Amino acid sequence: MMSTVQTPNLMPEHATGSRTTRILGWSLLVALAVLLWLAFVATDPDVRIDAASGDEIGQFDAVRLIYVHVPVAIVSYLAFAVTALGSGMVLVRRSVWWDIVAGASAEIGAVTAGLTLITGSIWGRPIWNTYWRWDDVRLMTMLVLFMLSLGYLAVRRLEGTAESRAKRAAIVGVLLIINAVIVNQSVEWWASQTLHQQSTITDAAIEDLTLFTFMYAILFGIAGYAWLLIKGFRVGWLERQNERFGLADALEQRRAEAQQTEVVSAAVDTGTGEHS
Amino acid sequence: MLADIMLVAGKDLRVEMRSRVALNQVVPFALLVLVLFGFALDADSATLATFTPGLYWVAVVLSALLAVHRSVSLEDGDGADEGLLMSGLHPASVFLGKALALIAQLLLLALVLLGGVLILYAAPVDDVALLLLTTVAAVIGVGAAGTLYGALLSGQRARETILPILLLPVLAPVVISASRAFGDAMGSVATDGWSWLLSLVGFALLYLALGSVGHGALMEEG
Repeated sequence: MMSTVQTPNLMPEHATGSRTTRILGWSLLVALAVLLWLAFVATDPDVRIDAASGDEIGQFDAVRLIYVHVPVAIVSYLAFAVTALGSGMVLVRRSVWWDIVAGASAEIGAVTAGLTLITGSIWGRPIWNTYWRWDDVRLMTMLVLFMLSLGYLAVRRLEGTAESRAKRAAIVGVLLIINAVIVNQSVEWWASQTLHQQSTITDAAIEDLTLFTFMYAILFGIAGYAWLLIKGFRVGWLERQNERFGLADALEQRRAEAQQTEVVSAAVDTGTGEHS
Repeated sequence: MLADIMLVAGKDLRVEMRSRVALNQVVPFALLVLVLFGFALDADSATLATFTPGLYWVAVVLSALLAVHRSVSLEDGDGADEGLLMSGLHPASVFLGKALALIAQLLLLALVLLGGVLILYAAPVDDVALLLLTTVAAVIGVGAAGTLYGALLSGQRARETILPILLLPVLAPVVISASRAFGDAMGSVATDGWSWLLSLVGFALLYLALGSVGHGALMEEG
């Protein structure tokens, strides 16, 4: 069926894949296999011998969770930072491009924030002997950040024109970071202590391969974020195109169908047409 | 500027004087929450007195949600928001005026609730000045943030479900700080309530400023 009128078609394939994302995507799959091998096979569990008693101490296999937990936490912070930056750009320049970037980034941020909380809880159960600690600043901040991001995503789905939604979302996006800082400060005063492991990256006790796997996992997380962000951006862009031209496109197709039917029925009436 | 603020605040308060929605619906709701806490905690007066600061601020914040809805809905019908836009008032004046009216109503609500916890929960009071100043500072913060987020959702059918998930995480620091300050004022928590009061003042000033700036961007879209 042919459309008689050319409708604007900024992304001919109507797909989110491109050469770049395909290469990046397949590379990430290979990199993931390597990461799994490093995390589960190549690296050792955290077992040390207590000098005094001679007992085995350490985090044992639970330590492997840092290869997931820390990267998703870093990606989450990165994603929200990009959302705030994009929101600022929307307010300053009324940029559609940044609006879509901010939205796509916030979606990734919400998912990774959720994953951070879940993997942290799973790790906390054997190590802290509890899933949840109320007196941990980073935990509480991440939880509130997660909830704030859900609010932000809800605002993106409000009714109204794309411009009005973009502006409302941009204000919430900028406030997201401000609120996260306020919450972080207030919880810090509130708890005034943290159970969180302080950064042990510089600790000589971490073996070379463990450190390498840890860094590798972080880089993998950031590359994965980039891939998801590109995909998310293209989905957002297509949604925007659909919103603008979708109805016109659909009308055009229906009209084209109707015209064809008319041509066919006219041909049948005069006895000269061919049935297809 | 000040006259404009009073004009907008006066308008909202006059509507309230005539409709009595806050007085007849929000205040009873807030008291009901207090009673429900009593039922839920088995009306054990020792427990209730211990947890009064937290229960009190949860009750205030939940009731504030209703008051924010009311404040926003005043501009929703009959093209009232367009009228405000055409009035030529500076957006910051409109924001501060609406915030002021909301804060005035929330203050009344908070004082009624304070009476409620003193009577129903037999909460002890060590430091009246700290108690009252905390109430004022926290209510200004809640009113400012509520007005800003309410304006963000003006004209939206989904406002009632989205406002809580937007506003409650934002108000978490207020609940933390105000509960701590109340804990000190009521003698149930050993902490320096005055420094918590200071953080509440900071929150209130920040949100008054953010709202004054942000409201402009929201209003010009019309």
